[in-house]
Amino acid sequence: MLDARGCSCPMPVILVQKAIKINHPSTLEVLVDEACAKENVTRLAQNQGYQVTVTQQGSEYKLVLKK
Amino acid sequence: MKITNRTIVLAGIAVGIAALLLTALGNPANMGFCIACFERDIAGALHLHSAKVVQYVRPEIIGLVLGAFLMSLTNKEFRAKAGSAPATHFVLGALVMIGALVFLGCPLRMVIRIAGGDLSALCGLAGFIVGIYVGTLFLDKGFSLRRAYENNAAEGTILPLVLLGLFLLFLAVPSLFQLSQAGPGSLHAPVFVSLLIAIIIGMLAQKARLCLAGGFRDLILFKDVNLLSGFVTIFLTILVGNLFLGRFHLGLTGQPIAHSDIWLNVLGMVIVGWGSVLLGGCPLRQLILAGSGNGDSAVTVLGMIAGAALSHNLALAASPDVVKEGVLKIGSVSPSGHVAVPICLIILAFLSFTNLTKEEQNHA
Repeated sequence: MLDARGCSCPMPVILVQKAIKINHPSTLEVLVDEACAKENVTRLAQNQGYQVTVTQQGSEYKLVLKK
Repeated sequence: MKITNRTIVLAGIAVGIAALLLTALGNPANMGFCIACFERDIAGALHLHSAKVVQYVRPEIIGLVLGAFLMSLTNKEFRAKAGSAPATHFVLGALVMIGALVFLGCPLRMVIRIAGGDLSALCGLAGFIVGIYVGTLFLDKGFSLRRAYENNAAEGTILPLVLLGLFLLFLAVPSLFQLSQAGPGSLHAPVFVSLLIAIIIGMLAQKARLCLAGGFRDLILFKDVNLLSGFVTIFLTILVGNLFLGRFHLGLTGQPIAHSDIWLNVLGMVIVGWGSVLLGGCPLRQLILAGSGNGDSAVTVLGMIAGAALSHNLALAASPDVVKEGVLKIGSVSPSGHVAVPICLIILAFLSFTNLTKEEQNHA
């Protein structure tokens, strides 16, 4: 689980990019709390070949990245 | 994905048209709307500096924040958040403003100037890209201003309400304010037209996440051209408009409210690019974030206004090229401005190094 809540743009994307680069996970869960971060992480993950499922939990978003 | 290139391209076209329209309606040439210049004008109107030619309560700044506020409420993205190194945000805002006033414009005005044929702004673009690149190096090494946390909704409405109050006060008792009688501050479009255009642009910019620094930043970091497409679209829209209207004048010197000191154009925008990347967005984006409830961005805007006052009170801001009786006098900055530029770069380096963190802490 990568917790990027409260991180301003572009930190959530950088964190996810590094997690993918270092660990090459087949599944990665990411928590963000801004729609902008949700969109940017989704775009990066899709560009890296992941399928992304988004669930909104109140004001937060849980993204599940799967390859 | 909900946000596509089409959204940001549409926002870019709207910003370009707005800039052309505002200039046609009375705003200064090659300016349209400039976040740094207009915040500086507001600082002057509020008696925070005494540069007589740049004092006016610019409705564009107020409208952008209110537009973002309205859109964030509409799409349920309003989040009252704060607490991410507010003092650092303030200082970075001031530094970005000082850099912008050395160049004579924010990144948006840089694009507007280039699209008007101003080659000195191309020097600024080179500096802007260098500054962004340096900023991304620190982001890559773990630069972070730490997390922001949810706050009371009232915290997120502070800046929109303060600016709305300022606007109402300006309408009710204009004599309270210092208002330019000559120079760029005296040139403005009708008040309500400016406000309406800015509200629409604020809404679109919020929706599209428009950011002039984010374009090059995302290209460098992620090979992502989404935000850059907004930058390019603004440029192309204004370029086409200027060519059509006969307002395109190619040249390095004597451009409207610009100076042709190449190195100061470059270094001013290095500061703006670097500072904007550390802040997470350009001056326009800071207004939009502040309107969407971000208290740290509201502090950044206040820092920019303070930086503008400092720039003029300490004579750090550049003076434009002037043609008098057919003779061109090249503009530049005073000796104190020449000292301020390296000091700003040193402070940026200090803040960049002292805010390096280990991202591993973010893994839960």
